[in-house]
Amino acid sequence: MIMRQPETLLEIDNLSVGFGRGKKLYIAVQDINFAIYKGETFGIVGESGSGKTTLGRTIMRLYNPMKGEVRYDGKRITGRLPKSEDKALTRKIQMIFQDPMSSLNERAKVDYIITEGLLGRKDVSKEEALEAAKSAMASVNLPWDFASRYPHEFSGGQRQRIGIARALVMEPEFIVADEPIAALDMSIRAQILNLMSSLQRERGLTYMFISHDLSVMRYFCDRIAALHKGKVVELASAETMFSKPLHPYTAALVNAIPQPDPTIQRSKHHVAYDETLEHDYSKQQPSFREIETGHFVLANDKEAIKYEKIAKGQL
Amino acid sequence: MDQETILSVENFNLFFNLRGERLHAIRNVSLSINRGECLAIVGESGSGKSVFCRSLLGLNDKNSYIGSGTITYGQRDLAKITAEEEWQKIRGKEIAIVMQDPMTSLNPLIPVGKQVAEAVSIHQGLKGKPAKQRAIQALVDVGIDNAAKRYSQYPHEFSGGMRQRVVISIAIACQPRILICDEPTTALDVTIQAQILNLVKDLQKKHGLTTIYVTHDLGVVATVADRVAVMYAGEFVEIGTAEEIFFESRHPYTWALLSSMPQLGTKGEDLFTIPGAPPNLFMPIAGDAFAPRNPFALKIDFVEAPPFFQVSDTHFVKSWLLDEMAPDIQPPEAAMRKRGLR
Repeated sequence: MIMRQPETLLEIDNLSVGFGRGKKLYIAVQDINFAIYKGETFGIVGESGSGKTTLGRTIMRLYNPMKGEVRYDGKRITGRLPKSEDKALTRKIQMIFQDPMSSLNERAKVDYIITEGLLGRKDVSKEEALEAAKSAMASVNLPWDFASRYPHEFSGGQRQRIGIARALVMEPEFIVADEPIAALDMSIRAQILNLMSSLQRERGLTYMFISHDLSVMRYFCDRIAALHKGKVVELASAETMFSKPLHPYTAALVNAIPQPDPTIQRSKHHVAYDETLEHDYSKQQPSFREIETGHFVLANDKEAIKYEKIAKGQL
Repeated sequence: MDQETILSVENFNLFFNLRGERLHAIRNVSLSINRGECLAIVGESGSGKSVFCRSLLGLNDKNSYIGSGTITYGQRDLAKITAEEEWQKIRGKEIAIVMQDPMTSLNPLIPVGKQVAEAVSIHQGLKGKPAKQRAIQALVDVGIDNAAKRYSQYPHEFSGGMRQRVVISIAIACQPRILICDEPTTALDVTIQAQILNLVKDLQKKHGLTTIYVTHDLGVVATVADRVAVMYAGEFVEIGTAEEIFFESRHPYTWALLSSMPQLGTKGEDLFTIPGAPPNLFMPIAGDAFAPRNPFALKIDFVEAPPFFQVSDTHFVKSWLLDEMAPDIQPPEAAMRKRGLR
């Protein structure tokens, strides 16, 4: 990894997203703060229902935040935007979806699926769009002959490549990948991850990688934020998150990863996370604090002291 | 250790008729399963893991037919059963299956308890109250709290992990002797997965269940399996105890599987991928099916299929590399590194 002065690309500032109103209000994402640096892979991990996808979709500007804002390159991107900015952002921020079986238009041919984002734009002619599609297909290692076929003719891995090509054709800077490999077979997963990392190297892409599979994230992400019930409970570099998880929820997640080693697995004691048992917030509510450099945990004063000791290896 | 065989498959061949073409899905497979053990079957998708398990229950599609071979269960040969009524005596009562996706394997219009009770009443002839009680007991067994109340709730009121528990409770309600789990946790979160794996292990101990566990996740295999069978292109290529497969594997395909685990990836390096694609099973395969993708392939691999070589009492490997004439080969780092991993 190249050491660099991190340059902030995306900032999430006190973001809350809710659905419904009044009595039915459900807050899916609550008071989230973090920044994603240019060129890094930022992981979001959490169980289903923790708000990972809601967060991703809010960054994609598909949901409007209830409170707080998201800034891209220093500029606010949530809420109402001038049309020109809106268009530019659509190009810059793209998404790769979870299920390649349902995220492609079954009735359109591959070339249309890939170029759809470019069509109808005044600055791109049809020929240019096709050229762009050609190069996008080439960069995901799909032959151009596939362009005139329909999605059902492809395997899951190939379909996910089409999904990636569709994002690439817009020449994005930032890609939100929402569980891009969850629906794929083990051997195809490695291929898609390798493709994503080579694209990142070539194009200097920044990824936000949403997943529940921690074992992949350790390998793939630079920094990881763990989400629990809509709140970020811990944020650290991928390595720290695995070797030294501080929050009991993250610790339970890391513990639950099945290791490919029968001797370890058989002796492992399974820990379940129960927030009512783990935390006593009756005296003081927790806040998000930096325990050691770059390692943030949701904790109150008492817990922070404990976590600091653990981080320093005193406990 | 002397173990009692509960199910034994011998020289089993299964074909599918697809648009007039014949697909050889299970290619001359032999395997015996011991009472009370947990056997894991691993392999890529399309290797025939699920088809193999479905053959044990006669659940394959109508365009499939058994070429040859036997499936001996007790006094019976399951491969000979053709009548659906005969199968219904086996399914659920003797051998039960838990499918992959808990979201689709329950009927959304029927309360979950009724669905458990249905299995009980069909297979054990219980009706009314006794059936309900049996069903509630089954729900309690799989760790569903407040089972009496949950009995009348609908599937949509359950989370993914809870639904999978319900599916498992349907499977074990009739006290089958063999439980087949076909990737029961791939759709679930890691923490829920750990709970379900623990549950299956507990049930196995408590009821003396024999479990066949199909998965492609080697981490899961390490958690549950006593023995592992590695499947490739419709045949088993390596069979051994979990330790033998993880620490002393001898087949290049097993090495490739172990190497491609993301857990072992190094940051900044590409993950290992197995080059090429699995063979086309419409065509007859000359030699070893894995040879074209195998960097260690010998010349003979392309000509003649290897026999099973016995490494230990429990460890069998189908690879010419174990022949005494084969050159000594250094297994790849990932398969080696595993041995030193603490």
